[in-house]
Amino acid sequence: MATDHFPIEAGHIMLFARSIGDDNPIYHDADAAAGTEPGHVIPPPTFVQASAQFTDGYSLRPVVGEPWFGSGKEPTGVKRESSGGSGGTGFHAEQHYEYHAPIQPGDVLKAVDKPGNSWSREGRRGGTLQFNESITEYYNQDGVLVVTARSVGVQTSRVVE
Amino acid sequence: MPLSKANLSVGDQHSEQVVDNLTRTQIIQYAGASGDYNPLHTDEIFTTQVAGYPTVFAHGMLSMGLTGKMLTNYVGDGRLTNYGVRFVSQVWPGDSLTATATVEGIREEDGVNLVDLSVSTVNQDGAEVVKGTATARIDD
Repeated sequence: MATDHFPIEAGHIMLFARSIGDDNPIYHDADAAAGTEPGHVIPPPTFVQASAQFTDGYSLRPVVGEPWFGSGKEPTGVKRESSGGSGGTGFHAEQHYEYHAPIQPGDVLKAVDKPGNSWSREGRRGGTLQFNESITEYYNQDGVLVVTARSVGVQTSRVVE
Repeated sequence: MPLSKANLSVGDQHSEQVVDNLTRTQIIQYAGASGDYNPLHTDEIFTTQVAGYPTVFAHGMLSMGLTGKMLTNYVGDGRLTNYGVRFVSQVWPGDSLTATATVEGIREEDGVNLVDLSVSTVNQDGAEVVKGTATARIDD
């Protein structure tokens, strides 16, 4: 998920670690982290996914003043897309990370998207499956590549049984 | 404590329960922290009435994050060089997940000792939900 400005913040790392049920002090206690091999607070290995918070126009975050597809007065705030009316859903199929250099609070990352491959196949549970790969490179404020992420999304043609 | 080459063998395993009785609240915590607010994960009315699923379900990335906790506990902080997974099955509220790493290989690359791991996370019925691989730096 491309973004020019993904600030790595200690509080954000703490909340993310809590959400995955990880109470390792290296994620929330700077004093304890100073005595570890990295020597500072680090994020959990899947943290860069939270760059979504800083991606302009990210489709899975409500936008002020625009209808949201989750429920409010009605079960959904938007009319269903006529093209996707058979119950199909987009899912995350695969996620891969390569870790090149450490990340710590105070860093400001830049995430650059690169195109990946696309392919389709017949699935057993969700009808025709359309796969789309995307590659995101995360660079720190010094221009150092810190993480490469490869994500594969799948669009099903009907509800997965 | 990081792993050391001297004490590792192919076939060694490390296993941890990474969540017991996954709550909808934890899924909401993950949505808030990660920024993925897809209502399929948090909004029961949308998920059952519009999307057609029996209830909300966890983000794949929450399963990967939970599995990653087992990995970092095993290999040590800041030691992973690669971590990748395929999301095999959905994870539902109430699920309890156990994640396992198995040593598949021990090698040296550019003077650095590495361990290659296969990773598998199963639910309380033994069904695999996450399958993947990881590589970590290890000591001599």
